[in-house]
Amino acid sequence: MSSPLSFRSLSSILVLAAVLAACSSQPPAPEQLPSGVENRDPNAVAGRVGNSDGIDPLSMAALKDPRSPLSKREIFFDYDSYVVRDEYRPLVTAHAKFLAANAKVKMLVQGNADDRGSREYNLALGQKRAEALKKALLLLGGREDQIESVSLGEEKPRCEDQTESCWAQNRRDDILYTGEF
Amino acid sequence: MKSIKSLLAALLVGVSAGASAQLSIEITGAGANRIPLAIPAFDGERIVSTALVSVVRSDLERSGFFRMVDPGTAPIGESAAVAYGDWRSKGTDALVTGSVLPLGEGRYDTRFRLHDVPKQALLTTGGFAHTSTPYQLRATAHRIADVIYEKLTGDRGVFSTRIAYVVKSTGRFELQIADADGANPQTALASREPIISPTWSPDGGKLAYVSFESKKPVVYVHDLATGRRHVAANFKGSNSAPAWAPDGKRLAVVLTKDGGSQLYTLNIDGSGLQRIGSSGGIDTEPQFSPDGQWIYFTSDRGGSPQIYRTAANGGETQRVTFNGSYNVTARLSPDGKNMAYIARDGGRFQVALMDLATKQTQILTDSARDESPSFAPNGRMILYATEVGGRGVLAAVSSDGRVKQRLSVQAADIREPSWGPFIK
Repeated sequence: MSSPLSFRSLSSILVLAAVLAACSSQPPAPEQLPSGVENRDPNAVAGRVGNSDGIDPLSMAALKDPRSPLSKREIFFDYDSYVVRDEYRPLVTAHAKFLAANAKVKMLVQGNADDRGSREYNLALGQKRAEALKKALLLLGGREDQIESVSLGEEKPRCEDQTESCWAQNRRDDILYTGEF
Repeated sequence: MKSIKSLLAALLVGVSAGASAQLSIEITGAGANRIPLAIPAFDGERIVSTALVSVVRSDLERSGFFRMVDPGTAPIGESAAVAYGDWRSKGTDALVTGSVLPLGEGRYDTRFRLHDVPKQALLTTGGFAHTSTPYQLRATAHRIADVIYEKLTGDRGVFSTRIAYVVKSTGRFELQIADADGANPQTALASREPIISPTWSPDGGKLAYVSFESKKPVVYVHDLATGRRHVAANFKGSNSAPAWAPDGKRLAVVLTKDGGSQLYTLNIDGSGLQRIGSSGGIDTEPQFSPDGQWIYFTSDRGGSPQIYRTAANGGETQRVTFNGSYNVTARLSPDGKNMAYIARDGGRFQVALMDLATKQTQILTDSARDESPSFAPNGRMILYATEVGGRGVLAAVSSDGRVKQRLSVQAADIREPSWGPFIK
């Protein structure tokens, strides 16, 4: 497996930028509240309030400001690839700096995979994508105890058609911050 | 007349839990040498007898090992004299006679005999006391079918066992448990978030599964009698792919707390964590061999996903699959001799079977999107998920590839099947 920081300079970026542009025009999928019995993170509620545990509500607001690079919360991967593409360097850098400047803030990186093949194997593939982004964030200033990388495998597809453009949307990492998970 | 019909319909449909949709089973292929079997109406209480015999017949017919001979309409009592010559001339090899006797207060005693027609001899007798509640009637019918199946094929019947699976409808996931014939579906867990990888404890009392209700995969163990569950694995990162050790005390799971997806075992209460092996790549989908000696798993350590096995108490790891570039989801037959798995060939994902002694492999299905194989506890059938017309359905195939069935639910996706153990 290639190092996640070997940002590739590929000619295909232009093609893929088109995919990204199409996707970035959509707001992130609304996150539902867990339907189960427990909230696994008792800090999540405090984080939503903001200042009670030292999180600055003003800097949290930047995460949702469409003019801020921090509002970009998704990165896409090539087929059978787990390498963070070069085009995402500004996005990854912005989020790593934000983590470094806001020590109390936590991040959940959710990796995803397209739906071909075994669900559990696809879960592991999604994990590789989440882990690649986490490693990039760690090298650029995020701390290990701030970032959790998890996988949703093929279970939360953004697009459900059996086409390449659809599968490409599902080979994705999503970034969630304190209060959003 | 109308009320009898509607009562009968209610009996045949079985106990339906709330809005749970009934699984319907369609036979899509049958064995080559099916035993000709006649099951005339049982003597005695007519409504109960009709409902009961209908379930026995459909169980045995669905198995693919029997050809039902038209028994006529006249009931034949358990101990009635049998005109063997007449049945022989209809081409019957095996005949079931039975009686349903009311015991009062809604209770019944059902007795039956299984006859070897060519030999004009009795193969077995049996009897069960039960009530006429739909659930008890079906349970009794399944037990009768189990006895007949075992006598005629030499294998234990699986008609009294249960299956678990996940039904996905719009915005809703339900972990359901049904009888092996799809009747009596019950919802063990409903969630707005996905549920995957349900698997039965060896005693049939619990299910382990992965739920995404807290924005990440977490492994739960769910006690079916009490409806209570607990978290078995919720470490930093993803927690998935639970597999029961044969003693029912430990689980193998896949955790990412140390980086990539790797194998661990732990007690079902989440204590006693141990790492099993290690690789720089993906290790997932663990499965214990029935003797508990080996853990089979999927790994991409060789460049493509293949099945490996490692000694459960540590030791060397051996590669098991070599043909093709994608072999995943190893599931061992109950006797430990065969391994069902999913093989990709030219973009098609199909159920394959390997004889572990000879390494001979056979593709059992002709579908293209098969997943999650699960052996029946007698090893004769493999239940799996596949897709028909863009919709998730369950299908079953015999381990020789001849008998094929399909189970589907109206207007929903059904996936992630797991066949439960024998009921004690």
